[in-house]
Amino acid sequence: MSAVESIEAAAVRAGSRNVLPAGRMLSTRFLRSELRLVFGRLRNQIALAVMALVPILIGIAVKVSSPSGNDGPQFFNQITQNGVFVSFATLTVALPVFIPLALSVVAGDGLAGEASAGTLRYLLLVPVGRTRLLAVKYAVIVAYAFALAVLVAGIGLITGLALFGGGDATTLSGTTISFGVAIWRLFLTCLYVTAMLAAVAALGLFVSTLVESAVVAMGVTAGTVIVAQVLDQIPQLHTIAPYLANHYWTNFGDLLREPIMTGGIVRGLLVTLAYVGIFGSLAWARFTSKDVSS
Amino acid sequence: MTLDLPAPGDLSVTSGSPETGTAKAAPAPAAGESPAPTVAPLAIETTGLTKRFRGGQVAVDHVNLRVPHGAVYGFLGPNGSGKTTTIRMLLGLISATEGSHELFGTPMTGRSWSLLSHVGALVEGPAAYGHLSGAANLARYDAGDRTADPVTAKARIDVALERVGLTAARGKKVRNYSLGMKQRLGIAAALLQPRRLLVLDEPTNGLDPQGTREVRTLVGSLADDGTTVLVSSHLLAEVEQMCTHVGVMHAGRLLKQGSLDEMRAGQQASVRITTPDPARAVEVLSRLGFGHVLRQGSEISAPYDGVAIVPEKVNAALVQAGVGVRALAVDQPTLEDMFVALTGEGFDVSG
Repeated sequence: MSAVESIEAAAVRAGSRNVLPAGRMLSTRFLRSELRLVFGRLRNQIALAVMALVPILIGIAVKVSSPSGNDGPQFFNQITQNGVFVSFATLTVALPVFIPLALSVVAGDGLAGEASAGTLRYLLLVPVGRTRLLAVKYAVIVAYAFALAVLVAGIGLITGLALFGGGDATTLSGTTISFGVAIWRLFLTCLYVTAMLAAVAALGLFVSTLVESAVVAMGVTAGTVIVAQVLDQIPQLHTIAPYLANHYWTNFGDLLREPIMTGGIVRGLLVTLAYVGIFGSLAWARFTSKDVSS
Repeated sequence: MTLDLPAPGDLSVTSGSPETGTAKAAPAPAAGESPAPTVAPLAIETTGLTKRFRGGQVAVDHVNLRVPHGAVYGFLGPNGSGKTTTIRMLLGLISATEGSHELFGTPMTGRSWSLLSHVGALVEGPAAYGHLSGAANLARYDAGDRTADPVTAKARIDVALERVGLTAARGKKVRNYSLGMKQRLGIAAALLQPRRLLVLDEPTNGLDPQGTREVRTLVGSLADDGTTVLVSSHLLAEVEQMCTHVGVMHAGRLLKQGSLDEMRAGQQASVRITTPDPARAVEVLSRLGFGHVLRQGSEISAPYDGVAIVPEKVNAALVQAGVGVRALAVDQPTLEDMFVALTGEGFDVSG
């Protein structure tokens, strides 16, 4: 039992466990554990893999039959001119539904999954403080959103370069930007998309504090996103559209103007921030006062 | 499968006697830190702890639990008597409707959850991430503990797994564990750090007799280290063998608590005789002054105070009267007898 003795002796030498060593207040150990848990989950990996297929399919489809005329979703007509537009076109197509759906699975699972498995009570007993647990969960859901955006953009870029080549890109304003600048704009787009998805993440986490079934939390989150998308499409409801976070999602197109049009981008970020604040506060208020009895 | 347990006193280098053993975990007072637990006479004290669920059902009704330092406290009661709800309140998982409680003499409020790093707990069965291995599950819980030293994590996980006999299954996915193995893993999680208090809610559920014995030995060795242990159970006989103190819950109320001897005081032992000639044996016993002699087939029994007549005298009297004695025993009062005396009911599910 020498191992036990040395460990206990070390614990004694370290003195009280109530006084944390300086470095451990800001330890990222639990955050890393949560990242491993979410990204190591087969289900979440499959979702990422499926999302990675979308730009490949779009690239091949456009290669096989190029779109003619000016109809079709934004950016599709530019794909044949420059491969980087595969990324933008895919984000335009996938952002309204597919990406939020994949994110809903992770966000809804956040606390409800732990609750239904019973691991939530053991995390609280460790003890992981409730506020800290919520913050770490939220950070990792947003990280998953970023991974979705970067993966779609990255695979799109590779597919586009392979099928259509790179070079200078024509902006929506008609001017030309260098390939390097285009890549930079693509990265900014990923950040904007992640910021937009942060509202879905907050909604999902809030729903996840309300129910003890992960599947219900996922369904409610995804359902809410879809309803919001429908509301945004109904012309008669155009007065409420500006208050919907998803109304601004595809504004990332403004990043492809020269110079960048910031108006819609900033409005999108502000409305999203408001939603994150509301759902984040609700989730915090609910979770920190909740009886955990599962 | 073996449990490699330290012999009592094996850890004396670090833990000392039970009295001083608790002192090692007591922190040096530091200004501006979270409430520092100090050595107090009671490890757990609740005052009028009450939980009323929505709908008005009172699950726990003004419970005043007093668990002394270093005790192995058997928290007894039938299923549904409010044991687990009380434990959930003790650990801050659910809030009390009324009343308060202290751990190690420090009031437990929403802000003092850091007290929990001194508590290892198994509550309402084990829970784990099925897609992770046993060792990975422990690493996950350890990662959440800011008081845990990441450098020693692997060694501590190995020791905890070894203590519960899971070393061979450390890499196996928990999804493929049996219930007993999951239960062991839950206990291992509670043992990742040296604790001042262990709360084990029905720790032997799902364990075979061998596993139950191992848990008893484990609890004994932890108590020898000076750890206070609260064990809840609906199996009276099982707890009776490992506890120093007992509290009895029934329908949300704590009927009685105290040391095992205090609890048994007032309960009577009984003398039990197996004989081919029960009718005459009853006569002999009555003549010796035993009252309430019961006859059941070839077995007779009677309350026994143990003072007036020693057992060998009873035997001699029976033999003198020509009554063959196949067996003669003095049964000490059991917790079950006590429970029946307290509630007037058997030890069944509480309504």
